[in-house]
Amino acid sequence: MQPFTRLDAQIAPLPLANIDTDQIIPKQFLKTVEREGLAKGLFYDLRFDGEGRERPEFVLNRPEYKGAGVLVAGDNFGCGSSREHAPWALMDFGIRCVISTSFADIFNNNCFQNGLLPVVLKPDEVRQLMEEAKGGNHLVTVDLESQTVVSPSGAKFHFEIDPRRKAKMLNGLDAIGETLQAADAIDVYEMKRALAQPWLEDA
Amino acid sequence: MRPMPGKTLYDKIWDAHVVAQDGQDGQDGEAILYIDLHLIHEVTSPQAFAGLRANHRKVRRPDRTLAVADHNIPTEGQGLGVGAVADEEARTQLQMLEANVADAGIKFFPMGDVRNGIVHVVGPEQGRTQPGMTIVCGDSHTSTHGAFGALAHGIGTSEVEHVLATQTLRQTKSRNMRVTIDGAPAPGVGAKDFALAVIGAIGTAGGTGYVIEYAGEAVRALSMEGRMTLCNLTIEGGARAGLVAPDETTYEYLKGRPAAPKGGAWEMALAYWKSFFSDPDAVFDREIRIDAADIAPLVTWGTSPEDVIPVTAGVPSPEAYENPDKRASAERSLDYMGLEAGQPIASAKIDVVFIGSCTNSRIEDLRVAAKIAAKALEAGRKVAPGVRAMVVPGSGLVKAQAEAEGLDEVFRAAGFDWREPGCSMCLAMNPDKLNPGERCASTSNRNFEGRQGRAGRTHLMSPAMAAAAAIAGRIADVRDFL
Ligand code: SF4
Repeated sequence: MQPFTRLDAQIAPLPLANIDTDQIIPKQFLKTVEREGLAKGLFYDLRFDGEGRERPEFVLNRPEYKGAGVLVAGDNFGCGSSREHAPWALMDFGIRCVISTSFADIFNNNCFQNGLLPVVLKPDEVRQLMEEAKGGNHLVTVDLESQTVVSPSGAKFHFEIDPRRKAKMLNGLDAIGETLQAADAIDVYEMKRALAQPWLEDA
Repeated sequence: MRPMPGKTLYDKIWDAHVVAQDGQDGQDGEAILYIDLHLIHEVTSPQAFAGLRANHRKVRRPDRTLAVADHNIPTEGQGLGVGAVADEEARTQLQMLEANVADAGIKFFPMGDVRNGIVHVVGPEQGRTQPGMTIVCGDSHTSTHGAFGALAHGIGTSEVEHVLATQTLRQTKSRNMRVTIDGAPAPGVGAKDFALAVIGAIGTAGGTGYVIEYAGEAVRALSMEGRMTLCNLTIEGGARAGLVAPDETTYEYLKGRPAAPKGGAWEMALAYWKSFFSDPDAVFDREIRIDAADIAPLVTWGTSPEDVIPVTAGVPSPEAYENPDKRASAERSLDYMGLEAGQPIASAKIDVVFIGSCTNSRIEDLRVAAKIAAKALEAGRKVAPGVRAMVVPGSGLVKAQAEAEGLDEVFRAAGFDWREPGCSMCLAMNPDKLNPGERCASTSNRNFEGRQGRAGRTHLMSPAMAAAAAIAGRIADVRDFL
């Protein structure tokens, strides 16, 4: 998992509430055998029309937001199906942080498995970010260490995060990364096992 | 100081595999458990391998991993190779598996190899599954391997990746339940009926949070095939894993298998395996007792494996349920299944018979079914007109063994379709599917809506019962066919 420390990036506003994972990545994209390459399905029905043509008015299709790394969206982002493809698609598209007033629980967990930072801010702060994101300057800074978001105008917002999750994010530790910290213990276990149960070594 | 209480079989396997324990502060009791055997297949592994690549990680123990192709494969024309698989997405997943295992150096039995088959048939058959092991696979019926006294359960794709990378799994410990089945079953009653009886008794969520150990003389008397059937269905009762302590039957089965220890190593392994049993003073959090003599041949009527009734009974009425949610779901089940409350279940006409799946596709299952077919032939009967009956061996080796015994001849002569190995109609991910509205007598493990094909109707039962149903053209009491 990629560590998340500090991100300076463009912010794109998506002023919709209850964006479910079906909207984030529709089911026709779930038959893939990869986690990568899902960007093509991200917000598919919002980004493209029935003929597969880009909808020019959709925020992520507009030139000024094409390289956005942060998304600011309405309440209850990521509700619905548990598909891990939702954070995979966002990450593949280049988005590393989503800001909202609230996130659906499973989506929230899936984000932390994958290095996508979900940031919860207060309603008025989200509203302000949304407004500023629509203006000419779209740069924000998200700093996980100090738990702050700096808006395009320089306003500073503080956010809360579980300390264990924060530590894992900062170090880029997914469950595998965390377990690999115990690699020495695994080595020792394997050595002991090889002596006690040698028949398992040559199978 | 009070003496420590005894340990259960589950406690012993768990303790033998703890690499590290988190949460000494008591916050969470997660342990890192070492995994002795990791089985993989084409459907739940591609993203795990992709995840490894994205993070520049390697498969830690390719030698402790075994791959098969089973869920997606067709059950005919396997000799033509993966390139000939018609479904493009299935073909892609199969080819991806081949590339991934070649890249990682993982042992693999490709489609068409005589050693290939359903993952939970292949592991034991190869002697890979051994007592006292921890075994995982991205498939919930991994509980099957518990028949050998191994702690075995299903995992998700993220966990598949975790095991590939670390050969460990993060786990919290379950509670202990013991199901004791005493006595001896009546003729025509076997392991599948035991399993359905247990689910009927505890419900589909009754085992949630537990690992179940099966004990009692009726369990001891079961063959390894029977024990695998019993443990296979444990997950349908909500328990993570099922266990049977190893004994002479286990060792007898294992001896001489390709991956079983040989010579001096065999003696060493045997001594180790014999340490895996529940101490006489071990305490279980929950105990269930069943008398095998009370179990009749069972069949499911609804869309949950807990919807079991004796084949002699009538379909229950939704009115009988006190709980309004249960009543509503019973109504929905009856409607979906096309059954009337009170109708004798044995009157239900069937369209399809499926003898197969990791629950019941081993040699013993096929022998039992072939016996019924042979009896019918003697009496001048065959598969009832209009019934499509298929027999799908669990592996290429099971198929070869059955053919050596002439079982395929019996099945064919009686009008059954003799197929090539795979998951087949258990899950409708390959060409073997029910058509909408078709009613199936099935030896598989899930009767969920649409499990065997959209709008298909599944009745779970034993291989003997399924064979009897094929001849009768309706759900039938196997005891009339013995
Ligand atoms: S036979 Fe059915 S339950 Fe068993 S592994 Fe295959 S799909 Fe899963």
